[in-house]
Amino acid sequence: MNKVYDNKAWWLILPMLVLVAFSAIIPLMTVVNYSVQDVFDANTRFFTGTEWFAQMLNDPTLQAALLRQFAFSMTVLAIEVPLGIGIALIMPKKGWQASVVLILVTLPLLIPWNVVGSIWQIFTRGDIGLMGWGLRELGYGYNITRSTVDAWGTIILMDVWHWTPLIALLCYSGLRSIPEAYYQAARIDRASKWSVFRYIQLPKLTNVLVIGVLLRFMHSFMIYAEPFVLTGGGPGSSTTFLSQSLTTMAIGQQDLGPSAAFSLIYFLIILLVSWVFYTAIMNMQKEKQEEGI
Amino acid sequence: MAEITLKTLAHSYLKNPTSPEDYAIREMDHVWEQGGAYALLGPSGCGKSTLLNIISGLLQPSSGEVLFDGELVNDLPPEQRNIAQVFQFPVIYDTMTVFDNLAFPLRNVGIDEAKIREKVREVADVLELTPQLKRKAKNLTADEKQKVSMGRGLVREDVSAILFDEPLTVIDPQLKWKLRRKLKEIHRRFNITMVYVTHDQLEASTFADKIAVMYEGQVVQFGTPRQLFEQPAHTFVGYFIGSPGMNFVDVRVRDGKLLSGKHVVPVDQRVCSIIANTHSDNIKLGIRPDFIEVHDTPVDGGMEVDVVGAQDLGTYSVLSLRFGDVLLKARIDEEQSTPKGKAFIRFPQERIGMYVDEYRVEINHE
Amino acid sequence: MTDSMPHTPTAVRQRAAAADASRRRKSRSAPLRWRPKMLMGLYLLFVLLPIYWLLNMSFQSNTEILGGLTLWPKDFTFEHYGKIFTTSTWYMGYLNSIAYVVMNMFISILVALPAAYAFSRYKFIGDKHLFFWLLTNLMAPPAVFLLPYFQLYYTVGLFDTHIAVALAHCLFNIPLAIWILEGFMSGVPKEIDETAFIDGYSFPKFFIKIFIPMISSGIGVTLFFLFMFSWVELLLASTLTSTGAQPIASVMTSTSTASGIDWGTLAAAGVLTILPGILVVYFVRNHIAKGFALGRT
Repeated sequence: MNKVYDNKAWWLILPMLVLVAFSAIIPLMTVVNYSVQDVFDANTRFFTGTEWFAQMLNDPTLQAALLRQFAFSMTVLAIEVPLGIGIALIMPKKGWQASVVLILVTLPLLIPWNVVGSIWQIFTRGDIGLMGWGLRELGYGYNITRSTVDAWGTIILMDVWHWTPLIALLCYSGLRSIPEAYYQAARIDRASKWSVFRYIQLPKLTNVLVIGVLLRFMHSFMIYAEPFVLTGGGPGSSTTFLSQSLTTMAIGQQDLGPSAAFSLIYFLIILLVSWVFYTAIMNMQKEKQEEGI
Repeated sequence: MAEITLKTLAHSYLKNPTSPEDYAIREMDHVWEQGGAYALLGPSGCGKSTLLNIISGLLQPSSGEVLFDGELVNDLPPEQRNIAQVFQFPVIYDTMTVFDNLAFPLRNVGIDEAKIREKVREVADVLELTPQLKRKAKNLTADEKQKVSMGRGLVREDVSAILFDEPLTVIDPQLKWKLRRKLKEIHRRFNITMVYVTHDQLEASTFADKIAVMYEGQVVQFGTPRQLFEQPAHTFVGYFIGSPGMNFVDVRVRDGKLLSGKHVVPVDQRVCSIIANTHSDNIKLGIRPDFIEVHDTPVDGGMEVDVVGAQDLGTYSVLSLRFGDVLLKARIDEEQSTPKGKAFIRFPQERIGMYVDEYRVEINHE
Repeated sequence: MTDSMPHTPTAVRQRAAAADASRRRKSRSAPLRWRPKMLMGLYLLFVLLPIYWLLNMSFQSNTEILGGLTLWPKDFTFEHYGKIFTTSTWYMGYLNSIAYVVMNMFISILVALPAAYAFSRYKFIGDKHLFFWLLTNLMAPPAVFLLPYFQLYYTVGLFDTHIAVALAHCLFNIPLAIWILEGFMSGVPKEIDETAFIDGYSFPKFFIKIFIPMISSGIGVTLFFLFMFSWVELLLASTLTSTGAQPIASVMTSTSTASGIDWGTLAAAGVLTILPGILVVYFVRNHIAKGFALGRT
């Protein structure tokens, strides 16, 4: 669309800007302020410069949490993206089945995050949970409070349960935008199912997949409530991710300076990765516009 | 190469069709001969695309048979029917080059690369796509994309027929002309049966040797463009073909005379007796505007009409004439002076068509 | 072709081959047609099983829950639901959650509509940077803002009020709303605006009378997403409230430690948090496919 150059558009932006500034800029400034100071009480504080940042970057527990975080995010992306595409491909396209499946698939996305934790906590308990009890009956000594493998497996399974629907629904909407004639032409051309996927469906999905991967990366990187309720970060600290480390440090230990520095580093990592994706999206749209000429 | 036969074919999109209106295709028989260039002409919603999709196998007919060279293909899926189809909007594989697009149908059945290269070159040459072969297909213009879509049908040697579903809808007018000529050329060169669906009579008559006119799920006439013009088999064909369409006048026979309202229309006695024997009260006399004789002064066998309008269309004019309660259109050449007020018209006997219940009845003029 | 029986030997062979091919195709396609449905069924089972388990437990008495594993409630009871509807901390939790979610949806859509319009129709100084900055707010981990929010709202005296949570959720919901709405608005041709202005509509009148009805499905989808993200968020909501505006999700975590865990009530409360979601998704089910592509397919 040809946009008109008009700075009066700022008036339309203004109300939004005031609100977002109130809930984003002021708190962020507070964080920046803390991150360069050592605060003892309301009147005693020292300027520390980049000291907290250096300390945080060299903190082995945080480094471990960061590595865990990346491992977690990459694992769930690697599972959820292909699985979500697969589900989108087999979701019914019309009739009452389509509506029912759509609602059921969306369901996990609409459950409060800590309730998701509770659901899985109940589901996986050895005494009262179907899955925990079932696995034990099958002879597997399943225990998420003792075994790191079990805890990780369960958290990943929970995340797959919780968030695969997002990828599936994004892809489903992408698939729905493919005109029927493409499938018909492919049949006439005697294309195999794989060719149809590779040359018709996948190209149409790239746009929504970039959005999906971006959202999934962001959310998985911020994950807090679900593992907190399910495993409490344990056993040991094997499922303690960045948000939980940060919350413990900021609220639990009241280490304002270090936690503020940590916050900024955390935020910057997300920004950096997201920026790469954002540029990718923008380039794709630019290509699209050029194609339209 | 194939002759396509449709036997007692009918199709409905509903599960339990009851009335004839529920059918997209009403029961019909039809034969497309091998090597012909055909057009399937009709207004939108008349069932042309449905018929096309049944032939290609994208749709299963509710009843009846589809035969290729006498072989029943009802149960064969499109991929086994050796049919190519070109759709209204170009379908191209965005991520592939033009070359890969054209090679796609061949690669799918595992033909060796050398053969593919040869075939693609040949087709690209015919379609004038050779300079674009290495480009990504998604950067092409609409008409180039449509040429690629057609090309995918042409590369296949096993193709028995190519079906076109209004393929020039998205093409600019000046390019339409060029592409249509290309199609004719391809038809001559490859000797493939081609069925071309369109709602544009000009497109149909420039492309096809024979045109099937569809109306409400039925082929109401199948003939050369000339036949459709001179002897429309159905009142719809009369309306739809020609510009302006055919004039139709409700008539009845009283005391051995053909009457339109109070006016007597002078016709052969034989016409009157045929009509009288049909026992129908839906009888129409049809005559093309081009064939009505218009005179300024009374003539033998002429009928008096009021001239209510004239439209100058360059090399000819179209007159609007009030004849009793009906408005007739008549076409006169530019040399002829336009009559004012009153005029006298005559229907040449051999140009008159009589329509009983909307269908033409044969009258052998001697 | 009046006879459907073939005449020549070749025709007979062809007919036989065709019949054979169709038989082979049918025998091959039957499992192929069923496989997607089976896989879909398996996936739905995976989605529904944990939820079923929660539902199952919510209808069991605590003695049955702890007495051993039962696949369906044998001792069917509504006691847990009864407890939730009669204890004020529980049902107030629901009302609190609904209150701040609705406030947030209202505020977000109100400021996002004009902003999204500006982004979809105009170029202005800093538009691209501003849009990117908005998106960065979507990426901000709530944990980062926990402490500053707490201090900020405490200082301005909004701590433990619904509006505090509603405002805090604006952090990610306003950018989200703008993002989605901008997608839908870009799909509306600009000629519509121009025609309206030529016809003498003022901007506010055009916006409310013409433009908003045109993107109503987009607004519906946006509201769905706003609901979703505000309803599911817990960290900020529970940090900014104590007793006066405590959300249901946070009531669930805090009461679960009283005398052992009251599993039945916890399960019932969980079930009740799912219901609003089902209700909302039911209303937008026809637009959801387009909505998930954020209006950009």
